[in-house]
Amino acid sequence: MEIRGLSFAYDRARPVLRDINLAIPRGAVVGIMGQSGCGKTTLLRVIMGALRPSAGEARVLGHATRGLDHDGLYAMRRKMGMLFQFGALFTDMSVYENVAFPLREHTELPEDLLNDLVMMKLHAVGLRGAAHLRPTELSGGMARRVALARSIALDPQLILYDEPFTGLDPISFGVIVRLIRELNDSLGATSIMVTHDVQEALGVVDYVYFMAAGKVIAEGKPDEIRASGEPFVRQFVNGSAEGPVPFHYPAADYGADLELATA
Amino acid sequence: MRVADLRARVERLGSGVTSHVHRLGFASRFLAYLVLHSGTALRRFRLTIAEIYFAGVLSLVIILVSGLFVGMVLALQGYETLQRFGASESLGVLVALSLVRELGPVVAGLLFASRAGSAITAEIGLMKATEQLSAMEMMAVDPIARVVAPRFWGGVLSMPLLAGLFSAMGIFGGYLVGVQLIGVDAGAFWSQMQAAVDVRNDIWNGVIKSLVFGVAVTWIAVFEGYDAPPTAEGVSRATTRTVVTSSLAILFLDFILTALMFTGGNHQ
Repeated sequence: MEIRGLSFAYDRARPVLRDINLAIPRGAVVGIMGQSGCGKTTLLRVIMGALRPSAGEARVLGHATRGLDHDGLYAMRRKMGMLFQFGALFTDMSVYENVAFPLREHTELPEDLLNDLVMMKLHAVGLRGAAHLRPTELSGGMARRVALARSIALDPQLILYDEPFTGLDPISFGVIVRLIRELNDSLGATSIMVTHDVQEALGVVDYVYFMAAGKVIAEGKPDEIRASGEPFVRQFVNGSAEGPVPFHYPAADYGADLELATA
Repeated sequence: MRVADLRARVERLGSGVTSHVHRLGFASRFLAYLVLHSGTALRRFRLTIAEIYFAGVLSLVIILVSGLFVGMVLALQGYETLQRFGASESLGVLVALSLVRELGPVVAGLLFASRAGSAITAEIGLMKATEQLSAMEMMAVDPIARVVAPRFWGGVLSMPLLAGLFSAMGIFGGYLVGVQLIGVDAGAFWSQMQAAVDVRNDIWNGVIKSLVFGVAVTWIAVFEGYDAPPTAEGVSRATTRTVVTSSLAILFLDFILTALMFTGGNHQ
């Protein structure tokens, strides 16, 4: 996957992404990190083809997303899987039917073969025994694992993760981290993970792009990121309140807001 | 100051009008896209049947009970008036025509909007808010074809059936009160009804009305759900808008259709 000189704006006055350049080799797990609102999810939506770049090009699985029509976009997405922040499971279907959904929609497999595939995917995430449950009966971690099984149902070449660790307990967290790595390697896929859980993500990714204010400000292998001298990256990795990202949102003079008399 | 105030008001009015026109245009394009992408809903008809169950079968209780009571009240009120003119044996005609031409499609439509329309909007709106529709798009499955179209056709097909059942139950309610309770002659009740109710002019026009109401209510319901802001407040407002807009649309369309169907010597 390759992105060259990509920019995106909802309106010209406020660009969300500015001159982004990324190159992600096949088989890698890559993290895109940065604080909330820096443009990570927008970048993911451009990669998915949900948003069209204002300038530059995103080549995903050999397709330039900008020139794709509806059918071309859907053909590309059939080779992709995506794990949403809170799973986005279909609440009117059982766990089994959720995982079977992409297979039913895109293949005409006989029911016994479809059953085998669904059970294999659920076994891969350790939830074969939960096939009959409804999404409302699952914990947050289990729901995320079912969503992961659903996203790999069609053996995708590219898997996208949007904040996969949000709201997980430590055990679920460890399970998801391990699954992301194992599934990527066993499927021979490429994974892109958007997250702001820096320490945890650095343990699983091969390469990291750091974003701030719509631009890539640092990149490198996890060890290089940990040793980075870039003030923003240091603040982010160490989780400190002081640094280039101010604690206070821009505001008027404090004294004026408190209506203090000036001497 | 007054000029500025007036100008601001005119600007607000203009902005409101253009916003509504824009929204109507968007809703029309949405309907056209929905109809053009209904292949999945019609080819895999079990998807539509499931929605007929949710929109139609689950509305049966409220439709049948309401129909029964409306018919009973019609018989009571009608008998009071008819007996003054010595025409109490025409009670069956009055009940049947009132139900088949007007009350069946209109009241069933209003109940359908409240029961099924609001449920459709809330369901689609919540699917949007919880990213289920986005997840579907990411799986290369068009949510309008897979989620919206079956609900639309399920609602459109359910509505005439519900209106028919409402009218039938209403006539039965009229029979219970008119014949069994008050003592109107059963033979006169049924035979006059049979002679006066015309299949094409009365029943068929009632079916057309309920079909038009079904399209209007379900279109509004699916559009409001799909267009709802993905928040709890957004879904709540969209659900309310579905009921209010659908109800007004039914009453407005009823006036137009009645004017076209039953005036100008079209029917005696």
